[in-house]
Amino acid sequence: MPPPIISVENLSKRYLVGHRTERAGRHSYVALRDVLAQEMRNAARKAVDVVRGRQVVQGDTFEEFWALRDVSFEVHQGEVLGIIGRNGAGKSTLLKLLSRITEPTAGRITLRGRVASLLEVGTGFHPELTGRENIYLNGAILGMSRAEIRKKFDEIVAFAEVERFLDTPVKRYSSGMYVRLAFAVAAHLEPEILIVDEVLAVGDADFQKKCLGKMDEVARGQGRTVLLVSHNMSTLTALADRGLMLERGRAAFDGHASAAVAAYAAHGPRQAVYQEPGGRSIALPHISRIDIKTSDPGGVHRFGEPLEIVFQISHQRPMARACFSFQIKSFHNQAAIHKELCYPTVKFGDSAGCTTVACRFPRLRLNVGRFYIRANLTEPPGGAIYQMLDGVADFEVIRTDSASFWGWQADACAYHEDHQWEVTDATAEAILQR
Amino acid sequence: MRRRSGPGGTARAAAAGWGELPQRAEKAALGCVPAGDRRVFLVYANRCCYRRSVRCTETTVLMPNVTIIEPGLQERNYWRDLWRYRELFYVLAWRDLAVRYKQTVIGAAWAVIRPLLAMVVFSVIFGRIAKLPSDGAAPYPLMVFAGMLPWTFFSTGLGEASGSLIGNSNLISKVYFPRLIVPTAAVVVAFADFAISFGILVVMMVWYRFAPGWQILALPGFVLLAFLASIGPGLWITALNVKYRDFRYVIPFVVQLGLYVSPVGFSSQVVPPQWRLLYSLNPMVGVIDGFRWCILGGQAGLYLPGLAMSLVVAAFFLWFGIRRFRHTEKSFADLI
Repeated sequence: MPPPIISVENLSKRYLVGHRTERAGRHSYVALRDVLAQEMRNAARKAVDVVRGRQVVQGDTFEEFWALRDVSFEVHQGEVLGIIGRNGAGKSTLLKLLSRITEPTAGRITLRGRVASLLEVGTGFHPELTGRENIYLNGAILGMSRAEIRKKFDEIVAFAEVERFLDTPVKRYSSGMYVRLAFAVAAHLEPEILIVDEVLAVGDADFQKKCLGKMDEVARGQGRTVLLVSHNMSTLTALADRGLMLERGRAAFDGHASAAVAAYAAHGPRQAVYQEPGGRSIALPHISRIDIKTSDPGGVHRFGEPLEIVFQISHQRPMARACFSFQIKSFHNQAAIHKELCYPTVKFGDSAGCTTVACRFPRLRLNVGRFYIRANLTEPPGGAIYQMLDGVADFEVIRTDSASFWGWQADACAYHEDHQWEVTDATAEAILQR
Repeated sequence: MRRRSGPGGTARAAAAGWGELPQRAEKAALGCVPAGDRRVFLVYANRCCYRRSVRCTETTVLMPNVTIIEPGLQERNYWRDLWRYRELFYVLAWRDLAVRYKQTVIGAAWAVIRPLLAMVVFSVIFGRIAKLPSDGAAPYPLMVFAGMLPWTFFSTGLGEASGSLIGNSNLISKVYFPRLIVPTAAVVVAFADFAISFGILVVMMVWYRFAPGWQILALPGFVLLAFLASIGPGLWITALNVKYRDFRYVIPFVVQLGLYVSPVGFSSQVVPPQWRLLYSLNPMVGVIDGFRWCILGGQAGLYLPGLAMSLVVAAFFLWFGIRRFRHTEKSFADLI
């Protein structure tokens, strides 16, 4: 067994985060003397920090924050590792440590090969320079030599589809052309280890497909090791062999990619109820409560059972014209259902108070998996946007009726349509019996 | 870019798969590290070096092209890395040059106009109104310009270098490379302006029919000294700038003040002899005097103790700047 191309041992990274305390920030009835004393203390502390060469932290108190804590894993040559986790789970910090941009607080990383990291599309592109110049600039920044770039220049240009605009400053490029060119340079890197962060979501659908194809070629065809962070679960399952789930800075799951995606989706308690945070009084119309009435307790819903979702909308003043819509989205970030209630068709909220809107699905046919709610309260298109809530309440669909293997797979399909089979071939029965 | 293990080394190792031992010369240097040995062998270009304080928990064979990332691990091959990334240095310097006068009407003429106007003003104020003496028989404007040349180089270089890290924060926070490249590449811009100004000097010398002596041969040495004098404090201040943005406001002030403290508009011979050594604590005094000595020939005497003092101060700042820079370099991405 060859040694792993990447090995990470007990990696930790700590940041200092500053806070502004309530006393100094919010209350308006504070004696000037107190404020001055506080400011003096802050200034004195900062001066001491400067003298000792420490980091200056904004605010008057600060705390430690562990972006990564004791993460260990190994990656072998040719593996494609997908890293998933919620915002703030430590994915980007991990990539930054691996690409040597920042130093760990504790632990060790051993890399056995040339690393190229792609944490952003078009790092270092200069708007005043032409496309041609930027290819050389960006290539050098990503670690390619001029000879290497010259050799691949035509390939890069062809991939980016910008032949006609090579001598135009990139500030005149459309944003699509810009990202295409940037991705093209990066895609022609030839490192042993490639680290990629969320860059696949660029360009139009066609170009995205091309990017995915290129990524796949890099990983599978050329046997390179790829570390990939994405929020797009379907991309991850398509590209990665293995998944590493991070949760609050720790490695929570390490295994097969689709198992990791499933673990990510099933992770944490389901919250079938959303209640607006207390203590605030919002004058604008807003959604104060969402209740998902699932068939089973704990936000678990049996496939095919009726589902009811109840929204409460508070409006202290009457809403002139209101438009309410919601989506049920899968954890692959795909909207499965979209329903709306809009002003000229339906009128509601004409008087001050609270409106309850309930949406009933007599027979929910979504495939198994985790789903969450995105809700918008607006005026009809073009008008004001009162509130947008995303990922606030979620539930899980399970199946107990079907014994079929595919029925249990979260990513087998989006939903189950009612259907009947009809087999007329005379031999069909014989084959099935065998 | 040359690969770490020398030409073809990485490619060979990659083709062989990581499990196999590398080729002849490397194999001799490699060897196995017994468990518990506190050394790790790093093989670079057929040379073997090790560092203490890295624990080895099991018998390990390290392949060439290995990077170890640990807190506080000062890389032994930092300077080698710097050499390896020299192409990035060229490219960044070229970028700064290419965009310097983009979308300006008269472009590089700005590099001509600014020192010329300053020279005229100084010649009138110090030469005509204050009636300060020139160096020997040299025309006053020529003497001013010979001092203006290194001063502009120094002040532009210092300014560019000290703002460079913040100006490239997108690079710092997204890509790894030896950060020392950024401020040094920024100084190259100042060098380009210097080259243009030097052209004006040549024109002026022809105009005044003033031929330089053999001393002109020492000029490259003084250009290098001016470069080192600006990069030293520049490195220190750009590193400080990452943490404390206060220094952004310090530099223009220092440069403005320095113009009058340094002997730009006047000859340093007007300084009383007992103060000259103390005056040379300003490294630019030595540089400017040296420039005048080279360009004006024997007309300006070279005050050697002062030059030595300036050299020592410049060397100290260079050492100090690099030290502070290297010390804080790894936290740049967190703080910027």
